[in-house]
Amino acid sequence: MAELHVELVAADRRVWSGEASLVVARTSSGEIGIMPGHQPLLGVLVSGPVTIRTTGEDGTVVAAVHEGFISFADDKLSLLAEIAELSYEIDVERAERALEKAKAEQDAAAERRADVRLRAVAVAR
Amino acid sequence: MGAQLRVYKRRIKSVKATKKITKAMEMIAASRIVKAQRQVAASTPYAEELTAAVTAVADGANVKHPLTTEAEAPKRAAVLLVTSDRGLAGGYSSNAIKAAEELTRRLDGEGKDVTTYVVGRKGVAYYNFRERPVSDSWTGFTDSPSYADAKTVAAPLIESIGREAAEGGVDELHIVFTEFVSMMTQTPVQRRMLPLSFAAEAGAGETDAGAASRARIQPLYDFEPSAEEVLDALLPRYVESRVYNALLQAAASEHAARRRAMKSATDNAEELIKSLTRLANAARQADITQEISEIVGGASALADASAGSDR
Repeated sequence: MAELHVELVAADRRVWSGEASLVVARTSSGEIGIMPGHQPLLGVLVSGPVTIRTTGEDGTVVAAVHEGFISFADDKLSLLAEIAELSYEIDVERAERALEKAKAEQDAAAERRADVRLRAVAVAR
Repeated sequence: MGAQLRVYKRRIKSVKATKKITKAMEMIAASRIVKAQRQVAASTPYAEELTAAVTAVADGANVKHPLTTEAEAPKRAAVLLVTSDRGLAGGYSSNAIKAAEELTRRLDGEGKDVTTYVVGRKGVAYYNFRERPVSDSWTGFTDSPSYADAKTVAAPLIESIGREAAEGGVDELHIVFTEFVSMMTQTPVQRRMLPLSFAAEAGAGETDAGAASRARIQPLYDFEPSAEEVLDALLPRYVESRVYNALLQAAASEHAARRRAMKSATDNAEELIKSLTRLANAARQADITQEISEIVGGASALADASAGSDR
């Protein structure tokens, strides 16, 4: 089966890299699914969960991505984000607390960050 | 104990205390270089992917974006200078400042107005002492900069390049920092961040992956939502990532420079202790010799006196 190579990188580290059969992400104009052989693409990601269906033993990997870019060419996909976390790295309780706090303080950016984290965890389940 | 000897002993003690301090600083700096290098390495994939993406849009999209095309007659340029917060790092900060001054003079000569942005207490002190204007400055994180720090530094730069020149915007963006070449070599470099100049970058020893991606023929990208919007979103991130990379490299260089400065300070202290010990030994020996000759002189005087009284 055809595969595509995925690199998920955050500003300060490489978060995940491996082979996948399908990647679903949210660009500013809607959800996009990319499979091997897709047309070369460069898009702007909005905050949200990114689902990577791997062909390895990882199964389905879900990451919370806070704004970034998606670029695909030659069956190589790069997901760039300032902050990116894998769903199993996310501390749910902490994210929930952060969400409560952000709501109380009406900090829109923090609220969105916490919300994206929780959504990623929810998708992964 | 002779007065001379006491003076030497005191000096040896004080040099030894200084040596202990410089030795400790040397070891601390050495351990931090490794950490800083790791951070540089960790940030490389993002910088490379981002450069590749920017190249793809700039080459493939054929859009005329103000940030990728040179202004007809550039009037104003911004220079970001990265120095350290603390001294005791040899010529680290002053070399970076010198490089920035050179760049400023060159830009001045080309008829451009230069606005200066400074990172690090040493650079700020330099400009304050000479009462030269600094648009903005940041201190307190040159030891181990985080991405958030890079964002705060990059924000006014991005903002000023977006504005029209008449309203205080700038046409060019330069960065001066100390590149970490190796443990022994750190060189101050001047880079132009914007407008993008890929040829110059490849020549200035950019990463291999970046150069390779430029050499390859770019595939025809589909842009989502549109090339202009992608470029609009990409460029701030690009500047941030370049600033982040510069800050990290500067931090690694700072530690390396400090380690070297402290190593030579320790070596000098050792040398000083050695020569002072020699002097102290000579002084002690002179004391002993003098004492012996005094005793012998005293004894012979006594013998002479008693021999005289016998008669």
